[in-house]
Amino acid sequence: MNLAFADIRHRLGRFLMTCVGLGLLMAVALSMVGIYQGVVAEALALTRSLRADLWVVESGTRGPFAEASRIPGDVREMIARVPGVDAAGAITLRTAEMRAPQGLLRAQVMGYEPGRPGGPAAIESGRGLGGARFEMVADARARLPLGAMVTLGGDRYRVVGTTRGLVASGGDPLVFIQLRDSQELQFKLAPPAARRALAAGSSAGGTDTINAVVAQLSPAADPDAVAETVRRWKHLAALTDAEQGELLTRSVVNRARVQLGMFTVVLLFVSAVIITLIIYTMTMDKLREIATLKLIGAPDRTIVGLVLQQAMLLGVAGYAAAIAIVFMTRGLFPRTVALGPAEVAMMAGVIGGICILGSLASIRAALRIEPQQALGG
Amino acid sequence: METDAPLVRVEGLGKTFGTGEAAVPALADVTLQVAAGEVVGLRGPSGSGKSTLLNIIACILEPSAGRLRLGGETVWDGAYRVADLRRLRRERIGFIFQFHNLLPFLTAVDNVALAMTLLGTELAAARARARALLDYLQVGRRAEAMPARLSGGEAQRVAIARALANRPRVILADEPTAALDSERARVVMDLLRQVAQDQQAAILVVTHDEKIFDRFDRMIALRDGRIEAAG
Ligand SMILES: Nc1ncnc2c1ncn2[C@@H]1O[C@H](COP(=O)(O)OP(=O)(O)OP(=O)(O)O)[C@@H](O)[C@H]1O
Ligand SMILES: [Mg+2]
Repeated sequence: MNLAFADIRHRLGRFLMTCVGLGLLMAVALSMVGIYQGVVAEALALTRSLRADLWVVESGTRGPFAEASRIPGDVREMIARVPGVDAAGAITLRTAEMRAPQGLLRAQVMGYEPGRPGGPAAIESGRGLGGARFEMVADARARLPLGAMVTLGGDRYRVVGTTRGLVASGGDPLVFIQLRDSQELQFKLAPPAARRALAAGSSAGGTDTINAVVAQLSPAADPDAVAETVRRWKHLAALTDAEQGELLTRSVVNRARVQLGMFTVVLLFVSAVIITLIIYTMTMDKLREIATLKLIGAPDRTIVGLVLQQAMLLGVAGYAAAIAIVFMTRGLFPRTVALGPAEVAMMAGVIGGICILGSLASIRAALRIEPQQALGG
Repeated sequence: METDAPLVRVEGLGKTFGTGEAAVPALADVTLQVAAGEVVGLRGPSGSGKSTLLNIIACILEPSAGRLRLGGETVWDGAYRVADLRRLRRERIGFIFQFHNLLPFLTAVDNVALAMTLLGTELAAARARARALLDYLQVGRRAEAMPARLSGGEAQRVAIARALANRPRVILADEPTAALDSERARVVMDLLRQVAQDQQAAILVVTHDEKIFDRFDRMIALRDGRIEAAG
């Protein structure tokens, strides 16, 4: 017979209540791990899905996500002619507020030339941008149905396709429009003074300004070597996809990542304290029973087993509740909650460890209980 | 094992609770023996030290002075004490507590079987013997009940079954019949006599119950922690 199990069955209601409470707490901790992973995953999803091997930006900047970068539009042709480059596409990137059917919508607007690199690699529904102007491909996170009309910079855009998982580091969904539309938009949304200067043609490149060139390399080309070549132009900088990914996860989302990481640690610490207290209370509630076990000669191993097994049962039941809660609610979060088997297994290990450590104080107390404490009324 | 040597041998035993001003002398210079097959009664007014004496013999309490030997093994002797008192308790001693002390989360039959599994008996075999004991004590039909649902007398008999489960050579009972009517009290005492005979056990029973005094081979009376009369 298993004493730990028998005792829990004896006060099942209370145990289940405890598990639900603990489950909620662990669910919060588990969600935090998922949110943390989500921030990293989202940052990487962006570069992955653009299938860029090389990012060419303004010299001295690490754009276009980490820093602002402005280069003339003709850079695209220069890059396209660099040996090893298969295709090059110009892109613009800016945050804009647009009027959507459901209200104001903040999004990261990306302009690119259909047929050239810079657009979404995969379309989830509808189609990619065609030749027509004022078309838009929006990420599912923007919650824009196909055919929806969106007002942006005074123009009306029609949503012709959707993507999935493309969000900027701040969590804003990405929407794609034609480069031409985006350059006009750039002009319309610029402050009046800058607009006058641009119209007068005083600024270099006039309206044909882009933020970056995205290049796809031939399979044989070495990204670092091509980047070196590009850097020889003094007004340009180049980032390989690996560098861009590193930049996105380290620099752009670093604050958010560290913040979430810290909070996860705090939550795990709080969980550890609460689990320890619960195990201690559970053990002290059985003071008389443990004393009785000692009276009838139960060895220490029986008593340690009782406390430890109950701690593990509590951990397992609480964590099971937590997993159920998290997987039922993850869809409600506005940003990705990235939880795979690895994260779930890692948290199981952490919670198992917490349960074992949390039992130590209780085991010590249980071993100190004197058998006489069971005597008397 | 030497058959004629007393199973329980207590010499010059003393016990003082607390120290200094607050010291309470509970036992002083108690010497007694219980031989195999003997059923001995222990009586005395409340607070005379009966439970204290029983608890020391049961290796639950540490004496302040004197010696204790159980079945030829020295348990206490001045500075010396057996390292693992709990092993001694589970292997040699059956204790029927003044308050039954059943585990509330185990059924009656499992409370009895647990004592046997602690000594390595297979669970199935332990349960079978536990049932047989409960039947014998006329609580067999309550075998699957939880202790909270048992009457005082039923719980006491389950506790008796637990104390007998491992066929201990030394059985100590603190008022085992207090919760029983005189009919059942006699049944329990007859059972203990039977066990003393069959297992050649030494049995020491604390009791106030004059109706069962005739069931003992002899009585020991305590008063203020000292042996008043041995008969
Ligand atoms: N843990 C303890 N601490 C201090 N004093 C104690 C302790 N246990 C018992 N005593 C004292 O020792 C004396 C003997 O107590 P004991 O319980 O042995 O009496 P008893 O003969 O069993 O009484 P009863 O018939 O009421 O059960 C009493 O004066 C009691 O107050
Ligand atoms: Mg007493």
